[in-house]
Amino acid sequence: MRKTTRKAWALAAGVMSISLLATACSGESSEGDDDAASGDSKVTLTVATFNNFGYTDELLAEYTEANPNVTVKQTRAAESADARTNLTTKLAAGGAGLADVEAIEVDWLPELLTSADAFEDLTDPSVEGRWEAWKQEAATSEDGRLIGYGTDIGPEGICYRADLFEAAGLPTDRAEVAELLGGEGATWDKYFEVGRTFTAASPEVAWFDSASATFQGMVNQIENPYEESDGTPKSLGDNSDIKALFDQVTAASADLSAGLTQWSPDWDAAFQSNGFATMLCPAWMTGPIEERAGGVTGWDVADVFPGGGGNWGGSYLTVPASGKNVEEAKKLAAWLTSPETQVKAFANAGTFPSQVEAWEAEDLKSATNEFFNDAPVGEIFANRAAAISVTQFKGPNYFQIHQTVTDALARVDVDKSEDAATGWQGAVSAFDSLGL
Amino acid sequence: MSVQSPAPTRSAPHGAPRAPRRVGFSQRLSRWDFKLSPYLYISPFFIIFAITGLFPLIYTAFVSVYDWKLLGGQGDFIGMQNYTDVLSQATFWKSLRNTFSIFALSSVPQVLVAIVLAALLDQNLRAKTFWRMGVLLPYVVAPVAVGLIFGRMFADQSGLINSWLGAFGVDPIRWHVDPLASHVAIASMVNFRWTGYNTLIFLAAMQAVPRELYEAAIIDGAGRVRQFFSVTVPQIRATVIFVILTSTIGGLQIFDEPRVFDAAGRGGASQQWMTTTLYLYDVGWGTQRNLGRAAAVAWLLFIVVVMIGLLNFAVTNRISSAGTGRPSRRQRRAAARSSRRSA
Repeated sequence: MRKTTRKAWALAAGVMSISLLATACSGESSEGDDDAASGDSKVTLTVATFNNFGYTDELLAEYTEANPNVTVKQTRAAESADARTNLTTKLAAGGAGLADVEAIEVDWLPELLTSADAFEDLTDPSVEGRWEAWKQEAATSEDGRLIGYGTDIGPEGICYRADLFEAAGLPTDRAEVAELLGGEGATWDKYFEVGRTFTAASPEVAWFDSASATFQGMVNQIENPYEESDGTPKSLGDNSDIKALFDQVTAASADLSAGLTQWSPDWDAAFQSNGFATMLCPAWMTGPIEERAGGVTGWDVADVFPGGGGNWGGSYLTVPASGKNVEEAKKLAAWLTSPETQVKAFANAGTFPSQVEAWEAEDLKSATNEFFNDAPVGEIFANRAAAISVTQFKGPNYFQIHQTVTDALARVDVDKSEDAATGWQGAVSAFDSLGL
Repeated sequence: MSVQSPAPTRSAPHGAPRAPRRVGFSQRLSRWDFKLSPYLYISPFFIIFAITGLFPLIYTAFVSVYDWKLLGGQGDFIGMQNYTDVLSQATFWKSLRNTFSIFALSSVPQVLVAIVLAALLDQNLRAKTFWRMGVLLPYVVAPVAVGLIFGRMFADQSGLINSWLGAFGVDPIRWHVDPLASHVAIASMVNFRWTGYNTLIFLAAMQAVPRELYEAAIIDGAGRVRQFFSVTVPQIRATVIFVILTSTIGGLQIFDEPRVFDAAGRGGASQQWMTTTLYLYDVGWGTQRNLGRAAAVAWLLFIVVVMIGLLNFAVTNRISSAGTGRPSRRQRRAAARSSRRSA
């Protein structure tokens, strides 16, 4: 007997120390459980966003005012990449620790749709027709589940430096610039052609900032850039559409591009040193430009986009199925993405609404941007949004493939370590080594 | 609980061989205390290590033999397929090259500078603590902040360093284009952060060197430099080995600095500065989102680190044992004298 007690003691000591550690690690259980248990009583909903969605404390307080039993807490990641890692890692772990409402970027949808079951189906008669069709389709899985309510979109215009245009002898008024670039029938060739006129007059200033960014704008207008609609990847070596764009943009970059990588310190600095005269400008880009070009006058937005309309970026609100208050969370997500709320968010943070009805709102129509020479940004981007005609298909392999091409563009345009032909060969071999 | 145990009368009547003396609980307790306590005292480390170190290691090995997507989760058992996939990706080999290059450019100068700095701090200085804390200051700065500052300094066109070089008529260096230049830039970030840390470890070891040795050296007429090489360095050999080993392991796992070297954090357009951990992250959470392959990369990296660590240990051990085993100069001189005398 004694011997066994001795062993038992040792065992008990071991078990104790392990269980102490184990319990220390599992501090997850929180108020949420109690809320769910007691039905109608107080509920705290968490909303996880990134960058700036325009959901100010005042805006969220409005919801509590209308729904006194609900308190909304927002957690904001500084960068979307952080939010994405957080979301995917927690999803992979079965959804524990996710917020009740998780914001996602349009670009994450292809992979999130592969596990659409992890999200609540948000289809609801009350939100039918709220969004542009393409915005809603992008978040709809093959079996018709809607996993996210659209928040903002990124209709693209052209931002330009009126002062540099003037110095080069080009028109400066935004309506004239739109005409100069081709107006309704603007094409990429025309955009590059005007660029050559510009650089001929001002050789020290580039026409656009980055080949990769320009290429992004062009790719956004192709319906099936890298994959067939059933998700099969196209072989990059045989992808004549992409090859044509690649050739077009590298040919133009040779004398028109400033050779910068967006978001790099050199790019930041170029805003202050007259590095380039124009750039593709999704609605949300007006913020970053203003941030970097403080003190520089002359920025303006033209209501025109080569090749018709184009969308670059934009976000959604999802409700993870693992949440404890999914019904309340759905209501909150619907409210946050309603046209009225979205117009307020636009006023707060410049996130252009994806809701059709919001484009008619007086607050939006009359919105101007002081930094961009008081351009009527509400009206301009509403026009640009209406011009978007292509629903781009992004499958689960979109990013891997797109990355191989933009890496090649960076080698040609930024690093200048390869010529266009070698760059393309490199992209094709990088694609092949992905083994898709 | 102190039941006095010896009850010899109980076993005696049978005349059987005397049963072992029964010990009381308190005695037993103190015996357990003696035998068991040391293990309990050191157990927290091993328990934590088992949870946070050993388990992930083994689980990673498990993941690496499956088809395992970040979001799709566990798939089919595919054996060594992930390893062959990784080994056949040119990027993996490029990442190893970059890792070793950055490691060599950072760890070697770092250890050398640290040991010299420590020797300087070991002198009789005014405001000792100020200087000693000063070297640790860079270590306190968050790596991301370091990345931001160095990113501005090493920017290709608008960077501070290139504009300095321009003042001397040197052509701008393409920090984000040429592999070697990017490695130097990243290594400088690593050195900025870790040199002071290693300095303090060396300093602690130097403080433990008996002062009499220096006094004797001074009497023998040794200068500062001679003292450093003949007294300080041999006396802190064990610490040198420790620092070399830890900085090797850390250097081969370098992640933060190359990650923040540009905005995308993917190691450059032709992966000029993508290190193996960065590659691991890219495979698992970046574009490929393939946890199975990422786990395979992790294990390959683990094997590389262990191999280099063993090699390192063998070499440094050899140097240190050669140091103690070799007859000292005085002994050699004495031997030479005696041999001369006998001749």
